[in-house]
Amino acid sequence: MGLAFAPMTGQTFTTKWARRLATAAAPLFLAGCDMVVMNPTGDIARQQRDLILVATGLMLLVIVPVMTLIVVFALRYRKGKNPQAYDPGFTHSTRIELAVWSIPLIIIGILGAVTWVTTHKLDPFRPLDRISAGRPIPAGTKPLEIQVVAMDWKWLFIYPEQGIATVNELALPVDVPVRFTITATSQMNTFYAPTLAGMIYAMPGMQSMLHAVLNEPGDTWGYSGNYTGAGYTDMRFQLHGVDQAGFDRWVAQVKSSPEALSTERYITLDQPSEKVPVMHFGSVPKDTFQRAVNRCIAPGTLCKNEIMRIDAAKDGATHGDMTMAGDAHADMPPMDASH
Amino acid sequence: MLDASSPNGLLGRLSLDALPLHEPILIGTFIAVAVLGLAAVGVLTWLKRWGWLWREWLTSVDHKKIGIMYIVLGIIMLLRGFSDALMMRAQQAMAFGANQGYLAAHHYDQIFTAHGTIMIFFVAIPLVVGIVNFVMPLQIGARDVAFPYLNNLSFWLTAAGAVLVMISLFVGEFARTGWLSYAPLAELQYSPDSGVDYYLWSLEIAGVGTTLSAINMVATIIKMRASGMTMMKMPVFTWTALCSNILAIAIFPALTAAFFLLILDRYAGTNFFTNEMGGSPMMYWNMVWIWGHPEVYVLVLPAFGIYSEITSTFTGKRLFGYSSMVYATVVITLLSYLVWLHHFFTMGSGASVNSFFGIATMIIAIPTGAKVFNWLFTMFRGEIRFELPMMWVVAFMLTFVVGGMTGVLLAVPAADFVLHNSLFLVAHFHNTIIGGVVFGLFAGMVYWFPKAFGFKLDEFWGKVAFWGWVVGYWVAWTPIYIVGLMGVPRRINHLDDVSLRPYFVVAAIGAVIILIGILGFVMSIVMGIVKRKALRDVTGDPWNGRTLEWSTSSPPPAYNFALTPVVYDLDAWQDMKEHGYQRPTEGFQPVPMPRSTGVGVIVAGLCTVLGFAMVWYIWWLAALSFVGIIAVSIIHTFNYNRDYVIPASEVKATEGERTRALAGA
Repeated sequence: MGLAFAPMTGQTFTTKWARRLATAAAPLFLAGCDMVVMNPTGDIARQQRDLILVATGLMLLVIVPVMTLIVVFALRYRKGKNPQAYDPGFTHSTRIELAVWSIPLIIIGILGAVTWVTTHKLDPFRPLDRISAGRPIPAGTKPLEIQVVAMDWKWLFIYPEQGIATVNELALPVDVPVRFTITATSQMNTFYAPTLAGMIYAMPGMQSMLHAVLNEPGDTWGYSGNYTGAGYTDMRFQLHGVDQAGFDRWVAQVKSSPEALSTERYITLDQPSEKVPVMHFGSVPKDTFQRAVNRCIAPGTLCKNEIMRIDAAKDGATHGDMTMAGDAHADMPPMDASH
Repeated sequence: MLDASSPNGLLGRLSLDALPLHEPILIGTFIAVAVLGLAAVGVLTWLKRWGWLWREWLTSVDHKKIGIMYIVLGIIMLLRGFSDALMMRAQQAMAFGANQGYLAAHHYDQIFTAHGTIMIFFVAIPLVVGIVNFVMPLQIGARDVAFPYLNNLSFWLTAAGAVLVMISLFVGEFARTGWLSYAPLAELQYSPDSGVDYYLWSLEIAGVGTTLSAINMVATIIKMRASGMTMMKMPVFTWTALCSNILAIAIFPALTAAFFLLILDRYAGTNFFTNEMGGSPMMYWNMVWIWGHPEVYVLVLPAFGIYSEITSTFTGKRLFGYSSMVYATVVITLLSYLVWLHHFFTMGSGASVNSFFGIATMIIAIPTGAKVFNWLFTMFRGEIRFELPMMWVVAFMLTFVVGGMTGVLLAVPAADFVLHNSLFLVAHFHNTIIGGVVFGLFAGMVYWFPKAFGFKLDEFWGKVAFWGWVVGYWVAWTPIYIVGLMGVPRRINHLDDVSLRPYFVVAAIGAVIILIGILGFVMSIVMGIVKRKALRDVTGDPWNGRTLEWSTSSPPPAYNFALTPVVYDLDAWQDMKEHGYQRPTEGFQPVPMPRSTGVGVIVAGLCTVLGFAMVWYIWWLAALSFVGIIAVSIIHTFNYNRDYVIPASEVKATEGERTRALAGA
């Protein structure tokens, strides 16, 4: 039992420490090899796992002595046990005060630095800079684009470059960087494949993003982490990690599906439904995702970005710009010129 | 926007369909509640106690009685909230693979929503407010709170919210939206039935009560301390009560406003939090968490205060590092406003914003850590008496540090990305709320029970309660931490992976052990009453306490202190004992006290009617009850006969009785 670590070469400082700490922390995580969060197959999720171990290890440096002292003091200073030690006047000590404030301060200081660095490095919006530890991304590699639409209660995946779409099935070629752009049609969901990378909200009218890469083939599951109503429990998708040849075969197979994700089909698909089986769509209009984000799938609806542009023109450019400012990540995607 | 027409005429949208006649579990519950209720009514009638109940309790403005009523409300609602927990645990232990369990999503989703809502708003808050209400005025040597009538009204508004939640069990349904009813799920479009409306109206009413109570407590602490009790001579529990209530005043309006805007969305067709017309669900999340995170500290700070009082009493030492404890409390109070975004790091706020809120959250661990060390060094060179309250403190320290550790872990944004919304998160906040708040509340109830009633709780059953809770907590929540690391999301009612089942079965066993703890606590009260003669304490100071509440009799007289005490040092009562304090037996003055009033009960009753009418769109009744609330409140302002005077002779008689009792003891 304990943690199974894949052999790694060219480890960073963090990973080395993570492995050492993992040995120390292993008894805490006795659940074995199926703890996907502790034993993922994607590089981002692995770095997040390492971070959990580093942070836990750092905190155990205080927690373990404190817990020991609680037990020791509770036993040693029991009434009648040690009467000569009783000192009701011992209520202040500058030295101890200094220690009890500075020890947590130091630990949190270190952890705060780790937090700043890792939060920027593992920001889901940030493009990847490596495939896995010690394997930089070859120059000129373009990430695979996948568009994710969370619906009540299923996941729609659009592969715009391949011109295909699936429901509740996501296939990823191993060791290929992937860029997910993510939205939802009605509820706040989180897009979460534990083995691949951390979760990110899928939100109606907004676009979020996740960069990730899968390093090992295999079949697992992905979920929505955020409760969305009756069909939430069964709102999950299969995640297939396959090699490039397998991925090409899978794309060809989906492409051969006779069904197209037309506007009408999309609207019926978007109706609430539970326990939805895997579906394949051989073709999908190019602007589907942009229209989903801008909430103008139904013909004749004005797109949100269009409304904002009109409003901006009405209110004067400076005021209008302010509605776009604020959050660099979750803002509207650039206007789609096709409609 | 809602359809304002009333399909059922005068009854709005209320019809027989709202009664759960097809739900055997609910019918059974209803019968049980009805039988218990009728039994209570019968006993009260048989004992001719209705007048007594109305005069001595329901209309009382005495802070001690109001405190006790809050605690009774909290314990009753704990039984309800915990039966929800048992049902959830049973469902999750059963529903694997082909087995769908015994609860459909429709029912399961109401249960987890009700569990969270009830446990925070109608268990934790009433118990905390109740203990503060009872203890704090006694600790500062006051005769009552600053606004006694407001105190009574606050309690009844909280009770009115609880009544509405309980009505939803049998008439209509409760929300299926999670305990914070996130938009857009809670919008009319996605949750058209009565559930979210029950949620909103009950919490609006109870929230007003909590806000008013917080104002009252802060005014009391600022204005009514005994002479000589400067801020830095206040007992630590009073300090934590002050900070907690200042927090509550600042945050509850945000929640009330968020709920009100959601009410407007649902009733008036506005688009504050909808997906359309420029509405922003994110705004709702921000507003509820601006309330939600400080709320954790509203609950846990008084618990920290309780631990401080108990540690110092049962080690026979003044609290180690009193001033550092006070500063730590104030720092936590301030920082708790700056961390709400950590509840949705995964919403994509960008790395620098996430880092700011993550690091701000971690910084709270520094004063909290200092507090733990201070309790630890209070024990150091102490003379620790392991009576029940102290046992709860040690269990708290060992349990809470683990919850603190997982909390800091969740505060690291990139780690939170894989732990957020998982059962790991659920395990974490139960770790801090059970290990931090609930243990503290039990410690406090055991500790101050003899002050309130004049006898101790039964010790054997108290130990059953203790071990049930502590062992039950670890058995129930360790496996949930583990399945969280397996990537299992929260709030699901069924799993396909049968290999996970043992964890949920163990968790269910843990819940049953906690049930033993809860029943043990109820039994410790029952057996305490049965054996009250043997457990009687006439000294008023059964634990060798250190603060002013132990200087008066148990239970304290209506006026608390015959002569208001003068404070020279921290731990005023200990100081008085050390300096050979003699109880005054002469020189009593008449004591003016506030008179009971039924207005609180009436206003809160009308609020319940108003909430119910709004839930069911019975507009005429809503209008009528609203006018009634305003009218009763205005009429009450013309009542100038609000005080009465306890004559000096009566004070002398009461104190003389105590002198004889003390001599006999």
